[in-house]
Amino acid sequence: MLTEEQIERYSRHIMLKEVGGKGQKKLFDSKVMIIGAGGLGSPIALYLAAAGVGTIGIADADAVDLSNLQRQIAHHTKDIGVPKVNSAREKMTAMNPDVQVNTYQTWVSAENIADIIGEYDFVIDGTDNFAAKFLINDACVLTGKPYSHGGILQFDGQTITVKPGESACYRCIFPTPPPKDAIPTCSRAGVIGVLPGVIGTLQATEAVKFILGKGELLTNRLLTYNALRMKFREVPIKKNPRCPVCGENPTITTIQDELDALNVCDLEKQG
Amino acid sequence: MELTVNGKPAKIDGNDALNITSLLDALKVEQAEYVTVELNGEILEREAFDATLVKSGDAVEFLYFMGGGRK
Repeated sequence: MLTEEQIERYSRHIMLKEVGGKGQKKLFDSKVMIIGAGGLGSPIALYLAAAGVGTIGIADADAVDLSNLQRQIAHHTKDIGVPKVNSAREKMTAMNPDVQVNTYQTWVSAENIADIIGEYDFVIDGTDNFAAKFLINDACVLTGKPYSHGGILQFDGQTITVKPGESACYRCIFPTPPPKDAIPTCSRAGVIGVLPGVIGTLQATEAVKFILGKGELLTNRLLTYNALRMKFREVPIKKNPRCPVCGENPTITTIQDELDALNVCDLEKQG
Repeated sequence: MELTVNGKPAKIDGNDALNITSLLDALKVEQAEYVTVELNGEILEREAFDATLVKSGDAVEFLYFMGGGRK
């Protein structure tokens, strides 16, 4: 049962016929895991907390850096040096003390990801590197966990929702990460600060819709966004029978780290 | 040859038989080695780029990896 204060807090939700008291209770009883407490993770964490998602997990090993603050809006100037998960939890619970926030101050890996995502109903990829993106996809597909993929670069963003077994997964589009031995150019590095706000908010919307069981999820369509041209496009995607993880003859049957997946933009850092 | 590339009409000069590798070249696709190509709704295997021909009226999507905002 919702308290009177909760009915007031969530009144603008409750008056929506797609939500109502029942839907708000569903949100409160749901558990969403956010991997990454950075640019994408910030708006996702704040909006899901505000929405009254009862249990929110958030994983990130990093501490807040001055260069994060241009886009990672869960973190404030005073938080520099603080673990991102703690900084995010502080803002989430300050906004909504109803919400239980579970923090995981770690990078996800093949060893820990199944345990981390295990208890959650929906997973959101808010990471910034290919090793994590492929790992999250594989772990979600192999354990049957629905999730939202999000990616950003410069002025471009993309997102797709994956319902394992039912809809196309990330590897249906991108079977393998960019090869480590090829040297990519890093001319596409950097990101405009509002971009993760746009993509992260879309991902949070998908989590809320999934929990409510309302509307149409962003499955089998990759939504791409270009901020410079202010254009959204939808690319229809089919489940790929040759997909290495969810295809007809999968070659990936256990959760493994993609050792060859190097963050394209790490090369610049190293160089 | 007239194609739809990433939702927009595109004209390619020359003869009709063009494989994906040549198309990537003709359109000067950035970071062609990392691009995923979808032809008429089907994701193509990289190994099939040379053998797959595009013809007038085809719809091609170039899909890019997007990693994140890490500097």
